[in-house]
Amino acid sequence: MRPEVHTLIPLFIALPLTVAVLIQLLARRRAALAGGLATLTLAALMLMSLATIGQTAGGEVIYNMGGWKTPIGIDLRMDSLTTLLVVTINTIGLAVVLYALDYMRQFTARPRFYSLFLLMITGMNGVVMTGDLFNLYVFLEISAIASYSLVAFGCEQEELEASFKYIVLGSVSSALILIALALMYGVTGALNMAQVSGRVAAEGMDAPLLLAFGLFVCGFAFKAALVPFHAWLPDAHPAAPAPVSAMLSGVLIKAIGIYVLARLIFNVFGAGPAVLSLLCWLGLLSMVVGGLMALGQQDIKRMFAYSSISQVGFIVLGLGLATPLGLVGALFHLVNHSMFKSLLFLNSGAIEYCTGTRRLEKLGGLNRVMPVTGATSLVGAMSISGIPPFNGFWSKLIIIVACVQAGRYGFALMAVVISVVTLAYQLKVQRSAFFSALPDALRDVKREPRMMALSMILLAVGCVALSFAVLTGFSDPWLVGDAGAVLSSGTFGGQP
Amino acid sequence: MIYSLCLLLILVGLYGVVSSGQTLRIVISLAIVSHGIHLLLLLIGYREGGKSPIQDAGEAASSFAAASVDPIPQALVLTSIVISLGVTALMVALCIRLYERYGTFDVTEIRRLRG
Amino acid sequence: MLPESYPGMGTFLKTVIRWMKGPILLFGIYIILYGHVAPGGGFGGGVVIASAFVLMTLAYGEPYTLEFFSRDQALTLACLGLLIFVGLAWAGTWAGSGVFFDNLTAGAGGHRDHLFLTALEIGSGLFVSGALFMGFSVLMGHHEEDEE
Repeated sequence: MRPEVHTLIPLFIALPLTVAVLIQLLARRRAALAGGLATLTLAALMLMSLATIGQTAGGEVIYNMGGWKTPIGIDLRMDSLTTLLVVTINTIGLAVVLYALDYMRQFTARPRFYSLFLLMITGMNGVVMTGDLFNLYVFLEISAIASYSLVAFGCEQEELEASFKYIVLGSVSSALILIALALMYGVTGALNMAQVSGRVAAEGMDAPLLLAFGLFVCGFAFKAALVPFHAWLPDAHPAAPAPVSAMLSGVLIKAIGIYVLARLIFNVFGAGPAVLSLLCWLGLLSMVVGGLMALGQQDIKRMFAYSSISQVGFIVLGLGLATPLGLVGALFHLVNHSMFKSLLFLNSGAIEYCTGTRRLEKLGGLNRVMPVTGATSLVGAMSISGIPPFNGFWSKLIIIVACVQAGRYGFALMAVVISVVTLAYQLKVQRSAFFSALPDALRDVKREPRMMALSMILLAVGCVALSFAVLTGFSDPWLVGDAGAVLSSGTFGGQP
Repeated sequence: MIYSLCLLLILVGLYGVVSSGQTLRIVISLAIVSHGIHLLLLLIGYREGGKSPIQDAGEAASSFAAASVDPIPQALVLTSIVISLGVTALMVALCIRLYERYGTFDVTEIRRLRG
Repeated sequence: MLPESYPGMGTFLKTVIRWMKGPILLFGIYIILYGHVAPGGGFGGGVVIASAFVLMTLAYGEPYTLEFFSRDQALTLACLGLLIFVGLAWAGTWAGSGVFFDNLTAGAGGHRDHLFLTALEIGSGLFVSGALFMGFSVLMGHHEEDEE
């Protein structure tokens, strides 16, 4: 007996918020209780998100807050794209919080970590579920503030510096988004996504609205770490504790960056050829710059951070093609990247936990002492490089085929080249850290703790399982095909 | 016309963020940026000769709607002020901790991460 | 210990603030309770209440204020405020027409119309005042704090 979507929708936001507060009330000094509450909450959220699959096929469910009808009230809307992202956010959140149960033992003030983590999940769930643009800004800020605090959690020199850079650039981009909101409200008189898109469809985009749109794209490109705006990511993601890096790189830049860009461009403002071409070029730039910078890194987490920039470039390239196949490829790569990038960051955290270092020149032969990490990181590396039969292969293939079908042969060629580059740096990590000789200093390294191993195995299994998603059809993978259809169905057009 | 003054304020703040040599000045510049944006939002809701959006008892809804200023930007600005309060508090706390670790507020010396 | 014997600012300031604490707190509570008809509400009222504690800290120093209202108590107050807010929103799901944030007492006639909104404002005011006080006291007391 499946609970109805209608009752579940506000729970995605209310449940983590309530438990975050409850942790501070009840478990302020007891870290084990806080961790247990957080894990239970995320398990509940994940089950709820799985329960929403399939209930929105072909349409959307709109939930009016407070019973106020749409022009007056704020609504939460759930369509297939939202379902895809909600499942991704909460599943990866569950895996990461399981990992954090053991990893965070090296930090103090652990209950605060769990509260902040749950607040970040609240914010992300709210961003993907809301139908009102100012509400989106509020939830965006909730998750951003939680993430600024989480990046600085260890209070070491590097973490504080990285968090400061992140918070300044994040505030500038939020300011741009707020200016865009002000201009958009001034011109259209509406904040609801459906109403704005109706107005745009009816009367076109005059100059202030174009400026607002441009500012939106700039602001959210910052959040998604596309290349001219990526400067905060290579500092913030490595400096954060490993579970936080996994959430940031795996889920946050996608939920508040790419999802909002896709919504705004495809469903609200309408995708004109200039914007799509801009997306393609930004995607290409991100792919190339991220890939090449990743090659030269010695710090594992910094390499993975640049790799995130590169893979986000793939996703945005797929979005920019705007063909149904391209959109499906982009969204599939989004889900896959969440899965394997979180896995890779959790692996790097396990390496740091057990050996105390992240530098490739000091690591070696870890396959012998940390077999779970070695095996799962091999799975992750092969997934991200696009080797069959793992999930990355399918999503990259779909994007490349979509490029070729759209006649953009240059982009397709660059996508293949950057895939090879991805393979190169992943092999570098595998060879230097796992398959080479074990240096004497690392000879008595302990194995990774149980919860960390469990969560890494879960994510690796997820990587393999996702490659079966294409069984429902190459251009229509399970869950992703419906989500892609939402984007390619054009603007909301005014009906709420 | 007056909107361009708001924009000027925002640009002054952004210039301050870019050219500040100390972390606390960056925080203050961001506060100026947010002041400019809030002003912009409020002015968008203004109506010439309008009255405040509180309906008197016995006043008809249509004449009230025609005479008052727009209350929605006021609600937006309230929310945004609280959000930027949280962010500013967090930034100041970071500045204090950075001072403890690095011994300086100078941005050019807080640069251990590069590459 | 008598308030005069704590370190802090001069006697004039201490006396004035000792007299002003009460009216400021009262004013803050007034702003919260009238938030549904007059400008103000939870945010503004919470800030005014927190400002009373900020003034106390400035005049008397950290230790006196923390004796009066410790950081743990402030955090508990803030959490309770937020729980009241979210709990009332959830209450709409069970008791009302099943919709989140439903205004439970609208149309009940007379002053009971505003009861729900006022309860929300009180929750929000508690939260803002507790959170602001905690934030301020953490920032002020930072150089005396040992590393966590």
